[in-house]
Amino acid sequence: MISRVCVVGAGVIGSLFAGHLARVAEVSVLTRRQEHADSLNTDGLRISGRSDFTARLAASPDPASLPEPDLVIVACKGTDLEPVAARLEGHFPGAVVLTVQNGLGAEEIVRRYGAWPLVSGVTFMSGTRHADTHVEYILDTETWVGPYEDTPESVPIEIAELIRASGLKAEAFPDLRPAQWSKLIFNATVNAVAALTGLPHDPHFAAEEQPSDLGFLVHDLIEEGKRVAAAAGIPLREDPWEMNVLATRRGSAHYPSMLEDVEAHRPTEIELITGALVREAERHGAEAPLHTAMYRLVTAKEASYS
Amino acid sequence: MRVAIVGCGAVGSLFAANLSLLDDVEVWAYDLAQDHVDAINRDGLRLSGAGEVVGYPRATSDPAELPPCDFGIVLTKAMHTESAIAATAHAFADGSVCTVQNGVGNEEVLAAHVERVIRGTTFPAGRIVEPGHVQWDVKGDTTIGPFEPKPAPMAEIERLADACTRAGMPTHAVPDARGAQWRKVIFNSATNPIGALTRLTHGQACELPPLRALISGLVDEGKAVAAAQGIVLDADPEDLIDHAAMPEVAYGHKASMLQDVLAERETEIDWLNGGIVRYGEQAGVPTPLNRAIWALVKGLEQSW
Repeated sequence: MISRVCVVGAGVIGSLFAGHLARVAEVSVLTRRQEHADSLNTDGLRISGRSDFTARLAASPDPASLPEPDLVIVACKGTDLEPVAARLEGHFPGAVVLTVQNGLGAEEIVRRYGAWPLVSGVTFMSGTRHADTHVEYILDTETWVGPYEDTPESVPIEIAELIRASGLKAEAFPDLRPAQWSKLIFNATVNAVAALTGLPHDPHFAAEEQPSDLGFLVHDLIEEGKRVAAAAGIPLREDPWEMNVLATRRGSAHYPSMLEDVEAHRPTEIELITGALVREAERHGAEAPLHTAMYRLVTAKEASYS
Repeated sequence: MRVAIVGCGAVGSLFAANLSLLDDVEVWAYDLAQDHVDAINRDGLRLSGAGEVVGYPRATSDPAELPPCDFGIVLTKAMHTESAIAATAHAFADGSVCTVQNGVGNEEVLAAHVERVIRGTTFPAGRIVEPGHVQWDVKGDTTIGPFEPKPAPMAEIERLADACTRAGMPTHAVPDARGAQWRKVIFNSATNPIGALTRLTHGQACELPPLRALISGLVDEGKAVAAAQGIVLDADPEDLIDHAAMPEVAYGHKASMLQDVLAERETEIDWLNGGIVRYGEQAGVPTPLNRAIWALVKGLEQSW
């Protein structure tokens, strides 16, 4: 029975989890900054958009000062995961830890800092941060969870039920990898192309008329990713090309986080996303020349910041 | 001998100003930038940097003013070749037209409008400082030869090369200029879009081993396409890439395509990586990396 949840990282995704879950559980938030914790403690956390309420929760930058949770949701960006996981070392021994970072490999990073039972997660929901204490809930898409290593299947099932009860969408799978890899291939393709072209995820990504149309490259990247998944023995839950075409028809074009990162000259999640896919290709003897090229270009673009 | 420079931007101005110093050559400069044309006609065309020159070509933005010429040297950006030669072809009814533009495929465009075509490639570089004044950044050689389907006579090609060389623009007339042209196309295709996509200077890009490996991947595809056409490169593009990365050469150079992207101007990508893809298709050589780069830069243009 999960009655206390600690959300680690109060960005958009962490805030959406924390705010909603506070309606069905006792929620605490581990922040990076003291003033962020102070604001949350004083003002609560406002969620607008698809939901509209203000949640009361306890926040602190010090894990020792937070109540002992049953569930920890690590919701920081992949680029911050290593230092965030390090801060959890030695804390919350009775908790299950859920990771929801993009790409692959978040569980392995967290595992280095503790023996908690782990649950893998993938989230498609999105929002916009307006202030430390105000996040707008924009895309009410699902969060998928599944067991990692020998965590019993009943654990992600209970987590998904709790998330659904809080007003968000969630589903538990006995094996998350088919879903995780569908999103990995989709993300590796769409994020890197967006970061390099400056285009939001718009109909250009599905255009296949002129020989130089971007849809051909997107299609080739997705096919290459599917061959890596096949080499790794992982069936895909959804076809990433269909995910791409559907997403470009949504009307308002989504700004992939990697595009926002390069425009703001921030480090991107390229290592956990495209880097992970390229490393999986090497591990399983598959060829990934196009994703390798994208990886080289995006990491070089990051090098141009300084 | 009368020569018209068609497209008198930075490199066109290098040819126009230098050739106009020869007593036996009358030079016309055709360009659509009216302020540049007016400045040239008022004050002359000034080069500074690698050479200090003031030349006095006749400049015009009106193609009807062009008299019959012995030679045209086309130096517009590749996407303007068609409109520029369509407007000026009347001046070359009895002459030969030479392209030393970037990319591949410009000769074919010229050949649709004129009878005697010279293919070529040129390495000097510069930039327009202000109307009538061009900074000459780098000196370099030019290589020209007949365009095989509609060739200019070799004697004419040699006459043009001789005039350019005497004017301080060393130019070689060769029976097959494709080796020089493809070396430069491969160099440009492997380096210019990399700068445009990553925002790194040429030297910075070459210092990152993974990125340098991608550059070599692009070079290898270009070499395979050239080889499949029976083209023997006059030198290895890899040597040019390493040479240009040296601090005293072009380490800090922002590729013209990066300058285009920063100014949100259409790039020459269709004639560079796009050209390698097209010729690769004709020759049955796969070019997946050049195709990817082509699509990314087209996507970048579409983001403006």
